[in-house]
Amino acid sequence: MGADLRESEFSPSDKKWGTHEFHLFDRRYHHVRCVDLFDLHSVKRGTDVMIDMAWIQFSLYLAALIGLAKPLGVYMAQVYEGNIPHPMRWLSGLEKAIYQLTGQGKSEEMSWKNYALAMLTFNTAGFLFLYFLQRLQGILPLNPQGLPAVSPDSAFNTAISFVTNTDWQGYGGESTMSYLTQMVGLAVQNFVSAATGMAVLIALIRGFARKKMETVGNFWVDLLRSILYILLPLAVIWSVVLVSQGVPQTFDRSMTAIVVQPASTRVFSEAGPTKDAQGQIRAEQTIAVGPVASQIAIKQLGSNGGGYYNVNSAHPFENPTPLSNFFEVLAILLIPAAFCCTFGVMVKDRRQGWALLTVMSIIFAVFLVIGYSFESRPNPLIAQLGVDQPIGNMEGKETRFGVGESVFWATATTAASNGSVNAMHDSFMPLGGLVPLVMMLFGEVIFGGVGSGLYGMIAFVIVAVFVAGLMVGRTPEYLGKKIESFEMKMALVALLVTPFFVLSLTALALMTSAGKAGIFNSGMHGFTEVLYVFSSAANNNGSAFAGLAANNFFYNVTLGLAMFFGRYWIAIAMLAMAGSLARKQKIPASAGTLVTHTPLFIGWLIATIVLIVVLNYLPVLALGPVIEQLMLNQGMMF
Amino acid sequence: MAVRMMNNKRVSVHTKTLTTEIWARAILDSFKKLDPRCQVRNPVMFVVYVYSGLVTVLFIQALFGKGESSAAFIGQVTAWLWFTLLFANFSESLAEGRGKAQAEALRNTRKQTKGKKLHQARHGSVFDLVSSTDLRSGEIVLVEKDDIVPADGEVIEGVACVDESAITGESAPVVRESGGDRSAVTGGTRVISDWIVVRVTASPGEGFLDRMIHLVEGAKRQKTPNEIALNILLSGLTIVFLLVCATLLPFSIYSIHMMGQGTAITMTALIALLVCLIPTTIGGLASAVGIAGMDRLLRRNVIAMSGRAVEAAGDVNVLLLDKTGTITLGNREAVDIIPVGNFNVNKVAELAQLASLTDETPEGRSIVVLAKQKYGLRGETSEDHKNFRFIPFTAQSRMSGVDMGEMKIRKGAHDAVTKYVQSLGGVVPPSLKDAVEKISKSGATPLVVSCDEQIIGVIHLKDVVKGGIKERFMQLRKMGIKTVMITGDNPLTAAAIAAESGVDDFLAEAKPEDKLKLIRDYQAAGEMVAMAGDGTNDAPALAQADVAVAMNTGTQPAREAANMIDLDSNPTKLIETVEVGKQLLMTRGALATFSIANDVAKYFAIIPAAFASTYPALGIFNIMHLGTPQSAILSAVIYNALIIMALIPIALTGVPYRPVGAAQLLRDNLLIYGVGGLLTPFMGIKLIDMILVALKVV
Repeated sequence: MGADLRESEFSPSDKKWGTHEFHLFDRRYHHVRCVDLFDLHSVKRGTDVMIDMAWIQFSLYLAALIGLAKPLGVYMAQVYEGNIPHPMRWLSGLEKAIYQLTGQGKSEEMSWKNYALAMLTFNTAGFLFLYFLQRLQGILPLNPQGLPAVSPDSAFNTAISFVTNTDWQGYGGESTMSYLTQMVGLAVQNFVSAATGMAVLIALIRGFARKKMETVGNFWVDLLRSILYILLPLAVIWSVVLVSQGVPQTFDRSMTAIVVQPASTRVFSEAGPTKDAQGQIRAEQTIAVGPVASQIAIKQLGSNGGGYYNVNSAHPFENPTPLSNFFEVLAILLIPAAFCCTFGVMVKDRRQGWALLTVMSIIFAVFLVIGYSFESRPNPLIAQLGVDQPIGNMEGKETRFGVGESVFWATATTAASNGSVNAMHDSFMPLGGLVPLVMMLFGEVIFGGVGSGLYGMIAFVIVAVFVAGLMVGRTPEYLGKKIESFEMKMALVALLVTPFFVLSLTALALMTSAGKAGIFNSGMHGFTEVLYVFSSAANNNGSAFAGLAANNFFYNVTLGLAMFFGRYWIAIAMLAMAGSLARKQKIPASAGTLVTHTPLFIGWLIATIVLIVVLNYLPVLALGPVIEQLMLNQGMMF
Repeated sequence: MAVRMMNNKRVSVHTKTLTTEIWARAILDSFKKLDPRCQVRNPVMFVVYVYSGLVTVLFIQALFGKGESSAAFIGQVTAWLWFTLLFANFSESLAEGRGKAQAEALRNTRKQTKGKKLHQARHGSVFDLVSSTDLRSGEIVLVEKDDIVPADGEVIEGVACVDESAITGESAPVVRESGGDRSAVTGGTRVISDWIVVRVTASPGEGFLDRMIHLVEGAKRQKTPNEIALNILLSGLTIVFLLVCATLLPFSIYSIHMMGQGTAITMTALIALLVCLIPTTIGGLASAVGIAGMDRLLRRNVIAMSGRAVEAAGDVNVLLLDKTGTITLGNREAVDIIPVGNFNVNKVAELAQLASLTDETPEGRSIVVLAKQKYGLRGETSEDHKNFRFIPFTAQSRMSGVDMGEMKIRKGAHDAVTKYVQSLGGVVPPSLKDAVEKISKSGATPLVVSCDEQIIGVIHLKDVVKGGIKERFMQLRKMGIKTVMITGDNPLTAAAIAAESGVDDFLAEAKPEDKLKLIRDYQAAGEMVAMAGDGTNDAPALAQADVAVAMNTGTQPAREAANMIDLDSNPTKLIETVEVGKQLLMTRGALATFSIANDVAKYFAIIPAAFASTYPALGIFNIMHLGTPQSAILSAVIYNALIIMALIPIALTGVPYRPVGAAQLLRDNLLIYGVGGLLTPFMGIKLIDMILVALKVV
């Protein structure tokens, strides 16, 4: 998502107020905030209670996540294996009808190459459709706001962004895209781009599960089943929950409200200050509504993250209550976590799935604690001014969520390649902001995107298994499949694509005037912002750090390329690996086989992941967030 | 075991005389290998090579006073980068050294050979004296006493004792004769008695000796599958680090621009960082590890036809072992004598002893010994019974014995003796069947003894399971390797031996095609199968097995089908082969882990130093408290070079292998090479830095 458009209207000195003031003009929010302001006096006494509450929330969340992962994971395995569970069988008539309509008829198994070709064909068609939909939205129906065509570079960027499940938004959603574009274009891609990732993962899992076979499944079947039996039902459930919490679901056009304090409208009004008949400045605010709940549900579930509103889930209509916050953040990690169980079921060794889920959970928990410990501390510079900050660094955070839920969302949204936000990561403390950055730099494998997270994780597993396998004196094997030079090549392609684009494009942006022009902040905070944006794009996260004007030709094109290669190079490499694995014989396990579900291996896999990320990115992290924190400690700020 | 001891002695004598020579040659070769055509074969070291050249240019520039840092600093970095390359080359040369020396010795054997080329394929035909290099496959040569066999071939006529010590190091001569499983002769060996007529089977340059020279020399060494996969991983890491270092320059420039202080990171520092980060430790040693693995087999007198075979040995999870010679001692031993009918046990023992007096087979001798020890009979010698006529064992009669005047004593297989006695009009006593069955059930062989038309008793011939073999199989089970015994015995006998020796499974009454089928079945289930064999009828199974060790005494087809040859012809060595294979892979994995884990400390040394002028605050990461930025960079580079030297012993001797399960191996190796790899460089770099600061070299 991107708050950059509006940020571009700030002068750097305004920036630190971030989203707070924006919401002063939202009536609903204003009300909430007043209550909070009122409560602030009592908050001081209740600090300890609040921090305890954060831990309880974290624990409750992880328990809910892992508790739901198993039943959903088993259900998904049944779906992909073609044994549609009884309660959903009534949909299979629809499934068959769609095959007949699309001429698929009896769907045949595909080789990995055909599978990849089908995936690319489908995604190319999606890209072209989305591009022209944006370019032509001015003359198409369902555009009550009369929004004009999107510029070519922005349309290119957005089309790639949604097709690759990145959902980076260089524009403000509600003020750029017509209802038609949102619904037929973006919302549809929210489903199909997620389903694409799921299909690729399933093909890879089949590579491990099968032996001596040339095929890895049928892309169209996997795609359709992902949507029909998994994404749609979950999206319906989540929409209902969100509507119950006050998220709008309507086709009415935006409402206009007259604000109480016209003085600040320059900053916030969508339409800009307008003068009434008397010549007085009379600020109006457009309150955008629309089919919000349904889109929020899928943007969270499908690790899309592209919000309906520009400020994403910080917006009170997108995420009105702590309960909606809980469900939205649960949706982010639900399917990726459940896929670990699906993996275990399909390779017929559930312990393998649990092992991967454990690896993800441990890394997630550690970084959550790190982030929270930095954000729950006061900003030393503000403390010097004599301001008491009993509940931590609140800059850029919603008071209805506080530090705990903001850090939690930030960690989850970047762990999964979701990218939605409920607070401004840019306003985190330097090392607090390091957490979401590092979560993305893990290559989106800590839960990760739906499907893409687990297949990215498997690339790491291949490397870990290879080195560990050698150390036990055997040709390395994982799940009975020999890991040979071809698998190693494909795993490395998957692991090298993102560092390549992150590092080289960050360098390119810092070397060219076009790149530097977008940076608002001086010093190394600007560096972090550029690094963040390319990490977000190349890893298909789509989260924005803000503080960077990215809706321009340079960033639209470079980010578009990063998203494109970050998605398809890895997906194709993984499908190639699936093909190679499916052809292989399965070696029966013996005492000499490396076991890949024990605490020892889990520890080794964590160490491998951390080591690879550290080796790739330590210098840039040192030059970005780390040096910022060090200088902040010395009283310097950017 | 005696065989092994002798080999060890021989090798150690070799080692002492060769050590100085090998070292001198290795040092010379390290420089020779700086040839870019050599370097380009190793991607990691090639990157070092290119950047060493670049730093040398920077050094020359600095000498003219236009350098980015002092000439002394750049000069030292340059020197240590070249040392890094030389050390890597040295490890490879050292690993090749022994093989090269051995190859040279083998070549000398080959040089002086002449062959007696026969005009007709029979003994007594006229011959021409031709050089061995002119002999072609299919030609016939005569080899007489004291001649060197000019080429590989097959004996088609005659029988001779051959000294094969030139190849095997084994001084005891072996018999070579036409037909059967002992017909193969190897070029370079020497006939020490009698004569043989040999059909040449290998043209010059393709013989066993030539292949052996190639193999031990490592001239044709091809990268093995795991080595290729590891190289891909290392190349991938190298690409990442190239990128990390290349992008540091723009980041550094941007930082200076933003901070308004400091100077951009120098090329020397960037190159130092790059060389330290890319996995030079494993990259430099990988080739030595591979060569040393084959060399370790060679020291055990096993020649691997390819590195691939050695690796495959580490993957084996089913071992097919021939019962005789591998699990049991080749010969059976008489342990008991059971009389049948009304005969007295002492009488039976006496007659059995008489029947065995000239029987030179181990079984025969053991009967004589048993009679003497258990039944107190005097050791009669054949001289006392000059009027005896001894009947040798033949494949047709399946009996042997003695005729003492009118008395005919026979011993042999149950059915053969029964038939013989019945043909003389005798009756088989009913108690015989019980006695025979009892012995068979215990896994032993009954040898029925008859005197004229009467069956008098049964000798209990027991298979003797080799000492320590049961423990060996237990270790194999812990390593995850299944052992299968192959035997021609009946299932009853086979089961008993299997139980006694502790093998996991057995194949009884095995015919060669059963063996082949068994291997195919295991392979279809995804297992990797190793076997040893020597006979021509083993060849198809050897060709099918993933790891096939042929005995050097075996036939030519067997040796062709195998991918390893055991010069000692000791089938138990299959187990050692597996261990060497595992050790090879473990060494690679351990050194790769160590090499990559090292990088963390190197970052801590170089990053604060490289950005010292822009960000003094990064100094808090100088947790080793290194003296100056320059000493920090130099220490890391020196450590990086010296660690290659320090690890050469591990690369050459291999990571110690213990026969335990995978989990324990992983835990131990991770602890030593993973955690050790993280911590060692912190200590190493700090130590080098202290020395540099004390010496005031930077």
